[in-house]
Amino acid sequence: MSATTAAPVWTKMRPKQGALSRLFDWKPFLAFVCLLPAVGLLMTFLTYPLGLGIWLAFTDTTIGREGIWVGLENFIWLMDDPIFWSAVFYSVFYTGVATIGKFALGLWLALLLNQHVPFKSMLRAIILLPWIVPTVLSAIAFWWIYDPQFSIISYVLVDALGWRDTNVDFINTAWPARWSLIAANIWRGIPFVAITLLAGLQTIPPSLYEAALLDGASGWQRFRHITFPMLLPILAIVMTFSIIFTFTDFQLVYAITRGGPVNSTHLLATLAFQRGIQGGQLGEGAAIAVSMIPFLVFATLFSYYGLARRKWQQGEGND
Amino acid sequence: MTHLITRRAALALTGSAIAAGSAGAQGIPTQPAPALNLPIERGATLRMLRPVRFVQPDEEVFRANCARFAQANGVEVRVDFVGWEDITQQTAVTANTGAGPDLIIGFNEAPHIYADKLVELTDVAGYVGTKYGGWKAMAQRYGKRAGSEAWLGLPFGASGGPLVWRKSTVNAAGFERPPEDHAGFLRLCQALKAAGKPAGFALGNAVGDGNGFAQWLVWSFGGYLVDENNEVAINSRETIAALEYLKELYATFIPGTIAWGDISNNRAYSAGECHLTANGVSLYFSLKNDAAMRAIADDTEHSLLPKGLAATSPMAGLTLNAMVFKHSRFPNASKALLAFLLETEQYDPWLQANLGYWSQPLNAYSNSAVWNSDPKVSVFKGVMDTTFYAGYKGPISQASAAANADYVMVQMCASVASGQATPQQAAAEAERRARRFFRSRR
Repeated sequence: MSATTAAPVWTKMRPKQGALSRLFDWKPFLAFVCLLPAVGLLMTFLTYPLGLGIWLAFTDTTIGREGIWVGLENFIWLMDDPIFWSAVFYSVFYTGVATIGKFALGLWLALLLNQHVPFKSMLRAIILLPWIVPTVLSAIAFWWIYDPQFSIISYVLVDALGWRDTNVDFINTAWPARWSLIAANIWRGIPFVAITLLAGLQTIPPSLYEAALLDGASGWQRFRHITFPMLLPILAIVMTFSIIFTFTDFQLVYAITRGGPVNSTHLLATLAFQRGIQGGQLGEGAAIAVSMIPFLVFATLFSYYGLARRKWQQGEGND
Repeated sequence: MTHLITRRAALALTGSAIAAGSAGAQGIPTQPAPALNLPIERGATLRMLRPVRFVQPDEEVFRANCARFAQANGVEVRVDFVGWEDITQQTAVTANTGAGPDLIIGFNEAPHIYADKLVELTDVAGYVGTKYGGWKAMAQRYGKRAGSEAWLGLPFGASGGPLVWRKSTVNAAGFERPPEDHAGFLRLCQALKAAGKPAGFALGNAVGDGNGFAQWLVWSFGGYLVDENNEVAINSRETIAALEYLKELYATFIPGTIAWGDISNNRAYSAGECHLTANGVSLYFSLKNDAAMRAIADDTEHSLLPKGLAATSPMAGLTLNAMVFKHSRFPNASKALLAFLLETEQYDPWLQANLGYWSQPLNAYSNSAVWNSDPKVSVFKGVMDTTFYAGYKGPISQASAAANADYVMVQMCASVASGQATPQQAAAEAERRARRFFRSRR
């Protein structure tokens, strides 16, 4: 039938490929095209805002008025600004102390949870709570806990137990306020550290501990020579994240003290917001934000290379 | 929140609005004024932004007023109510892009910042001013371009933060009412502290209450942030005297005021821990409307902040300031709407609906029934009589607004109160920071 007569058509040579289809068959081009959406997203939502932020830092833009290029004027002003240096100091101090606290307590908690305890999974879920709760909620809770008049801690100590005559000064003077915020940050950060380190602990083969036991190693020796070195790679990653999150913290400080009393608890992020958005000095706020970048790069490099200079990072086997 | 007022909707609203209007029109004296000549453009439609309400009736009456304008003039009026934090940014965007609402009721300095983007409102201000007994001092300051008679904005009202105090406590301390002089006020605060019922004023990063207290302190001693020529003048003998006084005054405060935000004094006062503070009328109404707090409300009195060395009570309220944009295709309709809203039939019911949260910019409305509705709020009728304003005594500008928002004066006071700085150091630091905001550009 007609099908048989049509058959020769199918045996014909394939028509020559058009230029377009040959282009799309060319691997490098195809890879480029497939990457475009991702590149577009990154350019729009990452590179552009970052670039704009850096550009703003070199202008005197305010809310409601376009700025002009002022070169390093914003940075020169900040160099002489004691409030900026106080924010730099507190950002570093806050990050340092809070990170040490979070890791000490988080590691301890992870080791405890790694033991065989009853209701293990429920305990683990409860431990995660501070981290699951939206930061601003826990910040508001701490805001009440630290309130000069209505603090629950003051209430217990003064009215219920009668141990004190006056309310506890949590956030009314500089140093108590700084420590109070660090305590809140540690409380919030412990679960993240504990759970990730717990995951790391569980990847350590039990056979190593058994061998160590046979060799008569003490508990400390087992921690020092097995747990700690095996945990170091994940520790480095978790610490990098933790430092970045802590250094760029905003919500806790903004909700509890707004940078007060008298600017003593401003972090660079809150100061940038205060100057840039509240104060309307967009250029100066951007300059403060940009000045965080070197600190973050340094902190990242330090914890990544300083803590975990291991062969597997270079793509080789782990001994 | 968006609300589109059409003629049909207007008809539905008219009943209650007219009833309210005729009731409110009584007792407001008017003077003859030549009528405005504002032929409304054909097919005009207006879009307006204003800050969200304090109280529900504010919004209802305001919408009803706009609806009546819509009905009377065949103009569609859409009013959007915007959050307080957002209105400054939305005004900036509207001014810079030359698109969006025809008119905005913004806050304080906004018309002065965007002066070159606005339609002058001198004719409307002249008409309304003549008819309603003249504009109050603060309204003139916020309405007119500095050093000229040209009106950039039309103030619609201001909310102030006078003293709020417990009558029984102040009387028991031996005072009929808080004294007007510094020494007397300090004695009162010392007596309250001795009685265990202390005063408290926010010294934390509190936009309203913190700035309100710091401004009162400095102004009541004759100090100011910038002089008439916009030169920074905060580091003065007067400021240092004020800060020396603050050291003594702060010792009488309830502990914790350096950490206080805008809400803290409301809470401490409501809990009976603080017996003298400064706040808007909202504190009183929250007490009055809560049966459990009724006793405190009954014992509460308001009075203007002590004058100190100043001639009028040093207080700068938050001012509603209306502006019409040049990009509007219907400037006459916009102006006519603003004039319409300030007429007795509209303005007085609106003022009454606000219960004293907003205080009038025009002298005639001092006779409004709202000020007799509750004797405890009558003090608020004088909010716009003051000669002070945010940024006193320079021209109103973005710099003065920014210095306020960055807490320059609040932190100057707090650093002295906390003992972190001497008055001289604190004043010098405030001067350094203020110079940055007031530096000349380009």
